[in-house]
Amino acid sequence: MSTTTVSNKISYSEAENQGALVAVKAHLIAAFLVFLLMMLAGATLRAAQGNMAPIGADVFYQFMTVHGAGMIGIAAIAGMAVLWYFLRQYVPLSTKIFWINFGIFLTGVVIILGSVFLGKYGGAWTFLYPLPGISMGAWSTGAAAAFLLGLLIIGTGFLILLLDFGRAILSSYGSFGRALGLPQLFGKEPLNPYHPATVVAGTMVLIVDFIGIAAGAVVLVMMLVNLYNPEFKPDPLLVKNLIYFFGHVIINVAIYSAVVAIYELLPRYTGRPYKTSKVFYAAWFAIVFMVMSVYPHHLYMDFPMPKWAMIGAQILSYGSGLPVMVVTGYGALMLVYRSGIRWNTSAKLLMLSIFGWAAGGIPAVVDSMVSFNRVLHNTMWVPGHFHFYLLLGVLPMIFGFTFYLLNGANGAQEEKPPLTERLGFYSFVGGALLFVGGFLASGASGIPRRWAVHLEEWVPYAQWSTLGAVLVIVGVLLFTLRVLTVLPKAPDPALAPAH
Amino acid sequence: MQSIASYITLLGTVLLIGVFYFVISNSKLQEEYSSFSKKWYSFRGKWFIFLIILGTALTLGTLIPFPIPSQAKVYSSDDYQQVDVSGHQWYWTMSTDTVVAGKPVEFRVIGADVNHGFGVYNEDLELVAQVQAMPDYTNKLIHTFDEPGKYRIFCLEYCGLAHHVMMSELKVEAAN
Repeated sequence: MSTTTVSNKISYSEAENQGALVAVKAHLIAAFLVFLLMMLAGATLRAAQGNMAPIGADVFYQFMTVHGAGMIGIAAIAGMAVLWYFLRQYVPLSTKIFWINFGIFLTGVVIILGSVFLGKYGGAWTFLYPLPGISMGAWSTGAAAAFLLGLLIIGTGFLILLLDFGRAILSSYGSFGRALGLPQLFGKEPLNPYHPATVVAGTMVLIVDFIGIAAGAVVLVMMLVNLYNPEFKPDPLLVKNLIYFFGHVIINVAIYSAVVAIYELLPRYTGRPYKTSKVFYAAWFAIVFMVMSVYPHHLYMDFPMPKWAMIGAQILSYGSGLPVMVVTGYGALMLVYRSGIRWNTSAKLLMLSIFGWAAGGIPAVVDSMVSFNRVLHNTMWVPGHFHFYLLLGVLPMIFGFTFYLLNGANGAQEEKPPLTERLGFYSFVGGALLFVGGFLASGASGIPRRWAVHLEEWVPYAQWSTLGAVLVIVGVLLFTLRVLTVLPKAPDPALAPAH
Repeated sequence: MQSIASYITLLGTVLLIGVFYFVISNSKLQEEYSSFSKKWYSFRGKWFIFLIILGTALTLGTLIPFPIPSQAKVYSSDDYQQVDVSGHQWYWTMSTDTVVAGKPVEFRVIGADVNHGFGVYNEDLELVAQVQAMPDYTNKLIHTFDEPGKYRIFCLEYCGLAHHVMMSELKVEAAN
């Protein structure tokens, strides 16, 4: 591998670039297929709550477990693929390690699927201690252990990949501080507006994800020990803290990985550079700490939590929305305004992702306030807000990047996007809004989350959401058809001229 | 509270849709970036200050007084009705199923086996109060019922295969 830096970019051989492109495409194709399968599982859950899918409670909770773990896992690895594709252009990343993580991920997935569908494990992705070990006969200790082990294996793969990020960033920038732009932020180095936003984001992801996954590994090992040695009893509140720290970091990092698609691609589509600045560095530096410290907003209803942790969580949860609203979202809107942008499917999806991220943040910030959380915690409001910014924020970032690879740098060149892409886009957007609207309305009506069977009064909300879910699936199915038929042979868009 | 949360979300989303519509409908025209970037980046500073002021007001307005009851305080039986609540897979036990309206109730809630969620619903199926039922910890939830009636207790933390049938009832009688 070459490590020559030319104008901020790493020079690779043609074979190395080709190998990397194949690896990224493999990640994306797997992601589309898994997203589709997980969406079918999710739609089945809502249909069951709407009395439209006759499945037993045991199957419901198994589907729920797979849907939760599967969506988080695939969003994490697909987001990482977006980041990896762009980050390797600035720091020398190893394609071999990228593949190793993918292989380890698939191994973990197979073990988790075995634990759920063979071992009947239905303890939810949150695996709250001591539920995995106390199933009242619904699943065995072995099935619970397999689920925890599968997560641990997947985490190990990510840690290996992140170590490679760390090595590559240090080899190019000397320190994580320089990669984050801190000497520029604090005036120790002159401001360089062409310092890559992707390197800043990649360094933040490395730091935060590494710590989050390490905490996850600690709690998974503690729970595995407890399963086979019940004398070892960890503190349930400590375990809950570790689980939510780990879970919150993992899913947030999926967003902060995929967002580089906006920084890298919108400038291509608008012909305007995305320049880094002190405001940009300050926002990302703040996010490093905020993403790790806001998680106690999941624990407001655990009253023994220290008061300072709850107050801090409310303030930081609000604060962590500011960089989105003031830096990334605002900057993206500025790039697009009167730019003459051609709205190919990739550009549309990226614009949608900014909207979904920002708008989904509103019900999230509301729920992160203690006063509202008292009546919204663990109602459908919670899946409502995270489906908002995951379905309409993260997924369109990943999809937008995929369509960039699929259609070349300028989209479908001079033509209008194909009908399948246009139909897919509108079905996806309309369905997603209907779907999250149904969730949020359910939450505002006090409907609890994670209930296999709903009271009669609640059934119409589930039916409304199911219709939304079906439209979302139609959209993603159309996208997936394009991906399966065109992406494998699509040339490297980096070789195409920019708009 | 739930309807306020809905209105804030709806209003915020509609405003964002308006901003995005404005930008997208002005995206086909081409104008030199430098002709408007300075003005709009200057507006960004004001937007940031507005959000900081809004956040400060929300923080002070919603955290004073602090909405979660003190866990260290000893709630006297003279001033508080007391109910010991225990969550089990998959039923609730309560030391009494009857309280009176108008006098605060101290629910002392634990999870006997795994984590559960103690959620109190009124006759209109509105969630009026909740707290986690955790193993090894006693959570003190203080709630004053304004209206007499039959309240329902649902489990709000996933606790296994019969989570959704874990229900109980609480009678709130009018004070004499």
